[in-house]
Amino acid sequence: MIIDTLALTLIHKALLASALLGLMCGVLGTFVVVRRISLVGDAISHAVLPGVVLGFVISSQLGDPRNPWIIFGSATIVGLISMIVVRQIIATTRLKADAALGIVLSGFFGIGLFMKRSMLDLMDSAGGLDSFLFGNMATISETDLQAVVIVGVVLTTLVLLLMRPFILVSFDSLFAETLGYPVKLLNLVFYTLLTITIVVSLQAVGVVLVSAMLIIPAATAYLLTDRKIHMMLLSMFFGAGAGVSGSFISASVSSANIANGAAMTLVAASFFFITCLLAPRHGIVAKWLKSKRQRHKVTTENALKAIYKLVEPTGDPRSAITINDYQTERRLETAEAKLQLKALKQQQHIEYLDKQQLTLTPDGLKVAQTVVRNHRLWELYLTSQANYQADHVHDDAELIEHLLDEETVRQLEAELNFPTTDPHGMPIPRPEAS
Amino acid sequence: MDTVLLQLDAFLSRPFQGDDSGLWYVLMAFSVALPCSLLGCFLLLRRMALVGDAISHSVLPGIVIAYLIVKDLSSPWLLFGAGATGMLVTVLIEMIHSKTRVKQDAAIGISFTTLFALGILLVSLFTRNDHIDADCIISGELTHIIYYEALELFGKEVPMPLITSTIVAIGAIGAIIVFYRLLMLSSFDAGLTASFGINPKVVHYLLMAVLSLVVVTSFRAVGAILVIALLIIPAASAYLCTHRLKTMLLLSGIHSAISSLAAMYIYVNFECSIASAMVVAGLLLFIVAWLFGPVDGLVWKWKRRYFRSESYDYGEVDH
Repeated sequence: MIIDTLALTLIHKALLASALLGLMCGVLGTFVVVRRISLVGDAISHAVLPGVVLGFVISSQLGDPRNPWIIFGSATIVGLISMIVVRQIIATTRLKADAALGIVLSGFFGIGLFMKRSMLDLMDSAGGLDSFLFGNMATISETDLQAVVIVGVVLTTLVLLLMRPFILVSFDSLFAETLGYPVKLLNLVFYTLLTITIVVSLQAVGVVLVSAMLIIPAATAYLLTDRKIHMMLLSMFFGAGAGVSGSFISASVSSANIANGAAMTLVAASFFFITCLLAPRHGIVAKWLKSKRQRHKVTTENALKAIYKLVEPTGDPRSAITINDYQTERRLETAEAKLQLKALKQQQHIEYLDKQQLTLTPDGLKVAQTVVRNHRLWELYLTSQANYQADHVHDDAELIEHLLDEETVRQLEAELNFPTTDPHGMPIPRPEAS
Repeated sequence: MDTVLLQLDAFLSRPFQGDDSGLWYVLMAFSVALPCSLLGCFLLLRRMALVGDAISHSVLPGIVIAYLIVKDLSSPWLLFGAGATGMLVTVLIEMIHSKTRVKQDAAIGISFTTLFALGILLVSLFTRNDHIDADCIISGELTHIIYYEALELFGKEVPMPLITSTIVAIGAIGAIIVFYRLLMLSSFDAGLTASFGINPKVVHYLLMAVLSLVVVTSFRAVGAILVIALLIIPAASAYLCTHRLKTMLLLSGIHSAISSLAAMYIYVNFECSIASAMVVAGLLLFIVAWLFGPVDGLVWKWKRRYFRSESYDYGEVDH
């Protein structure tokens, strides 16, 4: 094998293994997060323990104390059995998924711990078993690494080949079934691949934190994109990034024995929380800014609409009103009215003729007309197309007027045959004409 | 005949030979398992089994931080630290779930693994030569309770951890009795609870607070992972046997008593840890309930199906 000839040092082996594990967990994690089965991953990682112990016992009895293939194999089988038990509990009792997962997770893990102690004399190296519980890069041998590389490459290729059916089954298994996909077989393949990924990662990350490596990179990617293929690539990137930097940190801080899995998880979690805040569309900051902009837009538009309604009866939309008029129309305190008008002035939607008199600028007029048009168009739409009563439509229109975009307005106008008056007989303004 | 009885007697008394330690182990196991099994009933009905899992992992950093401050493993401050991080994880789950598009299952997974990793990091950075070690975190060491200082009670040397866990158990059971109607109502119908003027969120956080306290007390005895077994397996077994909440609570408590006692026999005969023996015993009882439970028993279902197919066996039924 190529790995033998490279004469890798411990740290290189650790980095290579964690990069591969990060990639694998990233790929499978995408489906786990999308299918909302994050806690199934957690359950499998605990439930494979009896299989791991059994693998150690079998390979010890065969005279090859830590054969990774035997251990991976028996652990995978036990993992799949645990999933079958979960399904059976849900299918034959009133217990729900969360309870079934909890029972299998803790029950199988308890059996595993029980077997670990009571079968101690059947195993040659029980010390290696502990690294499956807590994760320890240093115990990964050359044969382990070879196994990880082979499994990683085969698994990633398989997932990439089966990508389309997997995505389809994850989102809409009924639809997949009508298209003729073998859904049950695909699910079996998926859970097998998931279990293998978990089993292979156990040794490096430990029982509890495997699910962190499955969920956190994928959830981070989920915040950044809506396309599944992008999500998968990003998730692989975050997984490998967390894997490599985590094991680098744990290897380079020699003063303390930082567990590899903990370091990886904390790196992945910091990716996640930073993304939570700063993601361009789904981030907390972005959402906050968006809602702030929207609030600002609504306030401005409502103020301009009030002014427009004051000047509308005069026939000349540019005619002047006083601060007092505005205050009365909107039923405000003097100070608040002045504050709102000041904001409008700053955006150059209005201009003052003197200390009291003000008028809309062409810009302001256009915004005001757009809002009023949206409002009245929507009222008309509701009365004529949706059979609303004319006195029931105002509140609805009050909300939608800020949200309608130009394209929807074009559609509404065409639908309503380019109307000129609303259900209350008020003219519908045409902003572009002025 | 006499030899059989003698053997049986020897078998039955084997865990309790010598000093009092066998008695303390059973009492410790029971005092931990009982409040867990009662709270587990409410978790199960609220479909929050895995939130129990999340809390049991998240108390770790709280315990470690409190320990680093007071440097005493039996200090009550550890309960406060653990309770605080236990509550923190429920808040964190809620925040991730409501502020981002990440769904609840992933939010649970992210929150508790992060806090657990933080706990492990703190352990490996600061407490290398102290009593908290990784093995203890995963599976607990119930037998260590006899190494703690003991208190003279009724002429016996009772270990301190047993006294603490008994106090917590009494407190938790008291809380369940006092708030029984509230807990029952909000577990079944949160909307109705709200219409009575009680915020279901308050009940939720109250339950979480009691749960955190109970979980952290059990932590030392059974570790982070097997706590879920103590919470869910008795409740689930009881759920398969009855439709009534009071009966369910009673059965769940009986389950915890039987499995704590049976665990002692498994422990002395197989040399495993008491915690894993409790889980194995509990699991066996669960399987019995799954097969023979009056409500959901598989055997009754098979029997019913068998008799039905026999009495209606008129060949192919035309629909």
